[in-house]
Amino acid sequence: MGLRVNLWLGGVLFVAVVIAGVFAPWLAHTDPVLDANLMNAELPPGEEFWFGTDAQGRDIYSRVLYGARISLTVGIVSQLINTVIGVALGVSAGYWGGWWDDFVNGLTNMMLAIPSLIFALAIMAILSPGITSLLIALGLTNWSYTCRLSRASTLSLKSQGYVQAAKILGYGDARIMFTQILPNILGPIIVIGTLGMGGAVLAEAALSFLGLGIRPPYPSWGSMLSDARDQITTAPWISIFPGLAIFITVLALNLLGDGLRDILDPQSKARTA
Amino acid sequence: MSGESLLEVENLGIDLKVEDRRYPAVKEVSFAIRRGETYGLVGESGCGKSITALALIGLLRPPLYIGGGTIRFKGQEIQAARAGVIRRLRGNSISMIFQEPMTALNPLSPVGRQIAEMFVLHKGATWKEAEKHAIEALAKVRVPAPDRRVKDYPHQLSGGMRQRVMIAIALACGPDLLLADEPTTALDVTVQAEILELIRDLSADIGTAVLMISHDLGLIANMCGRVGVMYAGRLVEERAADEIFRAPSHPYTAGLVASLPLLGARARHGRQRLQEIEGVVPAVTDFPTGCRFNPRCAARTDICIAEDPPETSLPQGGRVRCHHHA
Repeated sequence: MGLRVNLWLGGVLFVAVVIAGVFAPWLAHTDPVLDANLMNAELPPGEEFWFGTDAQGRDIYSRVLYGARISLTVGIVSQLINTVIGVALGVSAGYWGGWWDDFVNGLTNMMLAIPSLIFALAIMAILSPGITSLLIALGLTNWSYTCRLSRASTLSLKSQGYVQAAKILGYGDARIMFTQILPNILGPIIVIGTLGMGGAVLAEAALSFLGLGIRPPYPSWGSMLSDARDQITTAPWISIFPGLAIFITVLALNLLGDGLRDILDPQSKARTA
Repeated sequence: MSGESLLEVENLGIDLKVEDRRYPAVKEVSFAIRRGETYGLVGESGCGKSITALALIGLLRPPLYIGGGTIRFKGQEIQAARAGVIRRLRGNSISMIFQEPMTALNPLSPVGRQIAEMFVLHKGATWKEAEKHAIEALAKVRVPAPDRRVKDYPHQLSGGMRQRVMIAIALACGPDLLLADEPTTALDVTVQAEILELIRDLSADIGTAVLMISHDLGLIANMCGRVGVMYAGRLVEERAADEIFRAPSHPYTAGLVASLPLLGARARHGRQRLQEIEGVVPAVTDFPTGCRFNPRCAARTDICIAEDPPETSLPQGGRVRCHHHA
């Protein structure tokens, strides 16, 4: 068995980000919101402030740690919503076919035609900014790939002997979908879900950057980047560290997704490597 | 006929619908199966045996549709029954085992669970009870160490073992009728015999009638009381199994019997060329007029091309559909 570098590296990085988020209150040096001190404004990274301070004199290290909470919550929960919607629509469409399939296909094509970030922007503009609205906006706009994938997998499974057998043995439709189809398409769905999670972290950052996600003063990597725009030449560390955090998290999720595909996707050559 | 009829199929027609045209893939097929009886359906590939079985359990899929006739199961007409009614029959009163034991089991579920599911689904058992029943069911199909085997996944079992599991699943609820569609085609010859014996013993125990579908005349002769021979979607002959070999009446049946290889002492002149029936089964869209067998028949005359032969009862018992039957 070869060394699955992507799986390990992705896994370790992702676990590190999760630990950072979960244990933020213990790892952080200061309160991310309240401990502003203009006397310490725009200090470069040093012994006291590892990542430096921002324009309000807040510790960037602490804010990045707390930012992981928001990014991960949004990334994981919104992707879960996407996955549930995508799988429910995709499996039922593939299994039943007919007008329902046409309808779901039309809906999926429509979702694919609208840039999902623009769609999420529109939803955010209607709802008030905040984490719940973010979850809704990102959870409703990114299910099309999951839906396509589960529909296609269901179509190919439908003609498998054991799915036919289940039908002949009197299984109901719901039972067939849950016991015969779902477990057998779970692998690719986990892969696409993990990759989608990286996308959701990025989307959250983008929305917060545009001021439609998490509102200041709460620390979200996107809004931190947005705040740091003016000082990018004079105090680059204010933007570098949240940017790095986004980069590492998304990289971790993409590597993890890739690594999982290598193990879970029977078509992948790396499986036997 | 003695005994109560469990299943009565009358003039069953199955149509293949291509665009707006309907082609009769199966036409006017009638047969009846008594309780506990083993009935064989035999014929070449593409003769309509399997779709006849699927029609019985309401699982014909487009472009195939029931084109007419009635199917009575325990006196109740089911050819047009609501989907829910038929679904409750499936697996419970009418069960089925398949040709491909390698693919008929869910690869991600332990076999014990797949057997147990039948009890949960049809008998309203709890999972705990069902799992106990599953072990008993595995023991009945003579799987060694059933209490350990229930935890195995299908890939851990051989083809013969998987077919045993399929039989355990199919017979779990004590069905009245078991459809066995080429149950041993994918198995080794030695395993075949064990599986057939198992089907015979268990169905006799529970009193299950078996509809055995096969292209293997020898198997059918061993297992079945009566045999229906299908050709190109028609039931061309129905006889008692031992008679059909001694004195086949339809030229097609005679051809099938003649094409059986002779082994050992039965081959009198040492090596012999295998007999064959010239030609192939025509495509559904391309059935000839008159008797569907006429292009391949040695006894063909003008009437065979002009007229569809009616069904005739034979004096020695059984039925045949041929103008020139022996």
